[in-house]
Amino acid sequence: MALLEVSSLTIGFGKAAPVVEGVSFSVESGETLALVGESGSGKTLTCRSILRILPANAQLRGGEIRYNHAGASCDLTTAPEKQMRSLRGDRISMIFQEPMRSLSPLHRLGDQVAEVLHLHNAISGSDAKRRVLAQFERVGFNDPERAWTSYPFEMSGGMRQRAMIAMAMVSKPDLLIADEPTTALDVTTQAQVLGLIKDLQRETGMAVILVTHDLGVVANMADKVVVMNKGRVMEAGTAQQVLGDPAHGYTKKLFAAAPVIPTVSDPVAPAPQTDLILEIRNVTKSFTLRTGGWRAPTVVTACRNVDLKLPRGKTLAVVGESGSGKTTCARVALGAITPDAGGEVLFSARSGETPTDVHNMTSAQRRNFQRDAQMVFQDPYSSLSPRMRVQEALTEPAEIHNIGTRAERREKAAEMIRMVGLSPDMLPRYPHAFSGGQRQRLSIARALTLDPKLLVCDEPTSALDVSVQDQILGLLEDIRDEAGLSYLFISHDLAVVARIADEVAVMRGGVIVEQATPDILFHNPQHPYTQALIAAQPEPDINRPIDLDLVAKGAGSTESWPEMFRFEGQAAPALRELTPGHMVRCHA
Amino acid sequence: MILLRYAIGRFFTMLLTLWIVSILVFAIINLPPGDYLSNQIAELRATGQAEGVAKAEFLRSEYSLDRPLWEQYMIWAGFMPGPQGFYGLIQGNFGWSFEFDRPVSEIVGDALWLTVLVNLAAVLFVYVVALPLGVLAAAKSETWVDYTAGFIGYLGLATPNFLLALILFYYGHKYFDLPIGGLMSPEFEGQPMSWDKVKSILFHLIVPTFVIGTSGAAAMMQRLRANMLDELSKPYVETAIAKGMKPAAMLRKYPLRMAFNPFVADIGNLLPAMISGSVLVSVVLGLQTIGPYLLTALKSQDQFLAAFVLMFVALLTLIGTMISDVLLMLLDPRIRTGGRRE
Repeated sequence: MALLEVSSLTIGFGKAAPVVEGVSFSVESGETLALVGESGSGKTLTCRSILRILPANAQLRGGEIRYNHAGASCDLTTAPEKQMRSLRGDRISMIFQEPMRSLSPLHRLGDQVAEVLHLHNAISGSDAKRRVLAQFERVGFNDPERAWTSYPFEMSGGMRQRAMIAMAMVSKPDLLIADEPTTALDVTTQAQVLGLIKDLQRETGMAVILVTHDLGVVANMADKVVVMNKGRVMEAGTAQQVLGDPAHGYTKKLFAAAPVIPTVSDPVAPAPQTDLILEIRNVTKSFTLRTGGWRAPTVVTACRNVDLKLPRGKTLAVVGESGSGKTTCARVALGAITPDAGGEVLFSARSGETPTDVHNMTSAQRRNFQRDAQMVFQDPYSSLSPRMRVQEALTEPAEIHNIGTRAERREKAAEMIRMVGLSPDMLPRYPHAFSGGQRQRLSIARALTLDPKLLVCDEPTSALDVSVQDQILGLLEDIRDEAGLSYLFISHDLAVVARIADEVAVMRGGVIVEQATPDILFHNPQHPYTQALIAAQPEPDINRPIDLDLVAKGAGSTESWPEMFRFEGQAAPALRELTPGHMVRCHA
Repeated sequence: MILLRYAIGRFFTMLLTLWIVSILVFAIINLPPGDYLSNQIAELRATGQAEGVAKAEFLRSEYSLDRPLWEQYMIWAGFMPGPQGFYGLIQGNFGWSFEFDRPVSEIVGDALWLTVLVNLAAVLFVYVVALPLGVLAAAKSETWVDYTAGFIGYLGLATPNFLLALILFYYGHKYFDLPIGGLMSPEFEGQPMSWDKVKSILFHLIVPTFVIGTSGAAAMMQRLRANMLDELSKPYVETAIAKGMKPAAMLRKYPLRMAFNPFVADIGNLLPAMISGSVLVSVVLGLQTIGPYLLTALKSQDQFLAAFVLMFVALLTLIGTMISDVLLMLLDPRIRTGGRRE
């Protein structure tokens, strides 16, 4: 008998048609089942119905969730609330997507984790603490005692997610439900967290239900796969079957959209470009943190000695984890923040024009620069004003710069919305009427209304589903070639960058550690951090699992790198050109 | 340790603020032309009472009203020697009330403590009423519990205090034999503290507390409900439920703690709002608080009395803010460890 059997589960809101319909699957002990789908596919509602923690206005309309444990069997859709409470957190536990928001910021981690034990067992405080500390150590806290007294906001995203895992694992559950556990994390952290879940599963023999939209994660984790779309199961089977030979058209579509790092056989060094639209020279930016009180302010260097060249009509990608300084670079490039003395940013809108220093412009030059350089933001949900119609959002930039008549501006808005693949009759709508992908198209359209020369894209696809991400990247490529744009592309995802970039700079700890064309970079990565980034990228192929050792080696602290690449305190080795067009930060 | 340092630092900024407030208060009170004594002298001259003029003139120089304004301030505050040497606020001399012809300290003496008492009772009332009602309204949002709490809240906000006072007096007296007016039975006035006096005061406090506190409680309840609703939609609530917590325990431990911050931060605002808001109520109810004195003093330009009452209200505000800041620091680790991050 399987540990958990879900049969013909149907969930709906109010009087509307069901959003999850006839979903069935089963999980055995020790097995991992992946629920795969895009946002809106009903995968999250399905996994929440197992613990019966659905939103208040959602109704379970039918079906059965049978939980078999120790010879007894019960239906979780009808079990009394008291019984559900005794199962939650004890026999069936859950990890959520956003580790920051899923932990209370006001309670110490020890308190929050030990609470699980106190809720379900009559256990003394010291026994509970001992078990929690052991669990903390198991999930990778170097100093469990410190973790016990820490607050969530004192930790990085990866460590918080480890704390969440400790909380879910501390009572040794039979079933762990992980709802997009790594979506909010950097690739290298994702690889480590996935590895941890796998190890814990091997030790305890629990079953795992993994909810994800990432086929690469599925390939690395799952024994069984259930592909969902619009509330129904499209395809189900073993990972071998579904990933090796997808039968359903929808699964194939998901596969086609998944970004992969290409294998390149023989890269050629590009000819050096001389016609630059943007040049960042020796930019260092440090921030002074005022801690308040009487302590001396601390200085944090966000990026150090960054040199970047963006040739006209090309795409330069800056890749790195959160805190690597990539966004600071983009903001310096746009003139939003001033670099420390000695650094400069040169911009020339047209070929052959004398470059102007972005941080030292006359007000007329600045106005022109603001027209010529535009930005596309990461989160399409918060970068469009919910109180402005699309029409207003698209005509506003031209209005600010006093371009054209009212009618011309409207004409332009219609042209732009057509250019990004939407229809002009959507102009009178408000942003909430659009999906995430459509909103990102709108923000691109807004950035384009002033006919810019340079577009800075700050993680433009990381808030989107894979299939939508694919479309947006395609759109960006088309526009670049059509309008002759140049992109400065900021991302944490090498696979995304592999597709669109002409040149990639990998950043870590505020400095560029390796820089080359994507072909050279993926064919012959030299720096351990680049190697870790590439290794950590989950591939939708079960025969190529993530090499966790390689990830751990490169993604560790800068002091743990091999001799040749090691930083001594603040002093990093120089960036050397190993072969033409391939720069690596290493000792000679 | 951090907390202690913070509290000490906070205390010094409080003194600084108090000093600035004293300048403002003194300047504003002296904005209208003339002062109590020059008005009186003019009146006495007009009616030809020469001996009165001499006394008033004496008081004018005794209280340095004939000096430039800044000197008057320095003497009043006690930074500069006046006719009696250094003898101002800092030295514990609150000044002379011309209207009542007695030292300010004698006039306000009892009223000070009664003011603090009435308003503390009202603040307590606000918290005791608003906390459970607000939490309940949020937990059972959009049910009859929520609607009832909301209705009572709006009623409390919309009813003028003095009207509520009159209604409560009438029915309180009729059905529960509650006393009308005052803060103690007349036989205890001016008597030393005794158990009977305390009982009498507590008994008299019931209606004023209710009257002064109602609107504050209603407003705070609505705020707490809104905060709680915000918090209830956050993911950590889901985490707590997924742990297997009972709803009531979950509510108390997590969202309530988060929603509590604005609640605590309000202490500072609540005190002065109540004191100034209760002036009218004090007049209607005949409470011996400093409210009515403030009113009279302002009307007759009795400057030392008015200045003292305003300073006292400012002090209460500052103490309230300081208490709420220190409490916030205790309650919220994000404030406490703001500098320790990373």
